[in-house]
Amino acid sequence: MATVQVSEAEKVYILHGIRDDLRADGRGCEDYRHMEIETDVVSNTDGSARVTLGHTAVLVGIKAEIGKPRPLVPNEGYLEFFVDCSANATPEFEGRGGEELGIELSNMLYKVFNKHCLDLRSLCISEGEHCWLLYVDVLLLQCDGNLYDAISVAVKAALFNTKIPRVHISADEDGGKEIELSDDPYDCMRVDVENVPCIVTLCKIGHRHVVDATLQEKACSVASVLVSVTHSGSVTCTRKVGGGSLDPESIFEMIEAGKRVGKSLHAPLMKLLQQEESLGKRRQKVGFLG
Amino acid sequence: MAADMRLPTLRKTVALSESTSDRKNLVVPGDVITSDTGFMRGHGTYVDEDKLTASVAGEVQRVDKLICVRPLKTRFNGEVGDVVVGRITEVQQRRWKVETNSRLDSVLLLSSVNLPGGELRRRSAEDELTMREYLQEGDLISAEVQSVFSDGALSLHTRSLKYGKLGQGVLVQLSPSLIKRQKTHFHNLPCGASIILGNNGFVWLYPTPGGLDEEEAGGFYTSLEPVSVSDREVISRLRNCLLALAAHKVLLYDTSVLYCYESSLQHQVKNILKPEVMEEVVMLTQHKLLEQEG
Repeated sequence: MATVQVSEAEKVYILHGIRDDLRADGRGCEDYRHMEIETDVVSNTDGSARVTLGHTAVLVGIKAEIGKPRPLVPNEGYLEFFVDCSANATPEFEGRGGEELGIELSNMLYKVFNKHCLDLRSLCISEGEHCWLLYVDVLLLQCDGNLYDAISVAVKAALFNTKIPRVHISADEDGGKEIELSDDPYDCMRVDVENVPCIVTLCKIGHRHVVDATLQEKACSVASVLVSVTHSGSVTCTRKVGGGSLDPESIFEMIEAGKRVGKSLHAPLMKLLQQEESLGKRRQKVGFLG
Repeated sequence: MAADMRLPTLRKTVALSESTSDRKNLVVPGDVITSDTGFMRGHGTYVDEDKLTASVAGEVQRVDKLICVRPLKTRFNGEVGDVVVGRITEVQQRRWKVETNSRLDSVLLLSSVNLPGGELRRRSAEDELTMREYLQEGDLISAEVQSVFSDGALSLHTRSLKYGKLGQGVLVQLSPSLIKRQKTHFHNLPCGASIILGNNGFVWLYPTPGGLDEEEAGGFYTSLEPVSVSDREVISRLRNCLLALAAHKVLLYDTSVLYCYESSLQHQVKNILKPEVMEEVVMLTQHKLLEQEG
């Protein structure tokens, strides 16, 4: 993870600021930085999204492929995650530097997004033989703290944007099945993202916790809790990261705050995605050079 | 609790007509500076088919027959007398290494700092052993460039009471090209906070020191007393104003920062960084600056 150095006096300043609910950039403890979301940014994917949160920038691309279902759940498709830490984000990621973080992130994403969040049955084509496999590739373009939240929002937006071609199964004379992809590019199925959770990272700093910590704030915290929350406010996954220890009481408080914040993330996100969708071709594409 | 989500908008810079007309000596890579062969090729240029061409985006500078292009997006090229804000990265034998946004780490020699206990104190072996007590890794300092080594590395000094270790406050890292060179880079702004505009693009915002007890300790005393909420708000507002000005490439000096602060007062601190608010605030600032120039 990109780290920044912070002097003792700066730490004290940040700590007291959080105690007074006024952070260095003027936000309160439960405020996010403003977020920019654009979908359909990579043309050779089935769904893609780019999210910037402060100076954190992530790009998510989803590719649908036909594969074999997992043996334990023959009637479900599944998602594969891969996180690539570009050395553009920070020189620390050069060579194999970002590998560890990439694996950690992709494991977390796998856990969060593969359970009860999508209708995985709809990804099944023929039981036990064929299913849709969604390869979710995440590219970190810039790191400025709070990667998990930005990635989860980007994944949700990309899933919303994903268009999977419809398939028709026809049986040939000797009982074999043949899969036929629809020729019409508009004949596609969409993924229902209603229950897809967003991750909220809460950093414990001093006696309080904050959401959307910047790198400077992150340097002052010893432990944080990740909570993945759906639109209805139910928690699907929690995880503690960081070396420090947390009081059980404060963990409870943090999860409660995470629920509250996470729930409020979904409505504006869905509104934005629907607004973008309704603009259709009239939408001004910004891309990476805008 | 609020999450502000939006679609990205195309970036546009708030430029008043006056600044666009004054672009004669600005070039981008590939621009032909002159086709006259009587000139000498300096930094940031190359000769392409007998024409002197720019290899970086920046400002053309002529000294007699020598033509250079000074890049706008660059690391800090220090000159003697520059005020810098830097962060200690290493403690070595009789010196500290300081990160100052230059290509190489700068050095701060133990002999070029004011140690507590008067200016004329001899530096003993004991001082060498206790260097970390004065400045340790991660600490921020303000200093002045004493000399430039042949490889471009800077040697700093803090032999004045205005320089030394920095206490509580906020560091904003910007491009060095945005800092306007001035007689003084230390300002006590009337809005209730102080600012050090380092020539290296590091800007330090801190509450205006009240007492004089800090100076007696030779610049190594840092107060860890909580800063009042009102001071904090001013500092946060200034921080966001600096970022807004930098995003729209406005030259930073005390007046521009102050005008931006005044223009931003109608908005909440956390809203200043929203693109549309940023644009509005910077626009107002530029108008005020133009008016002031007359």
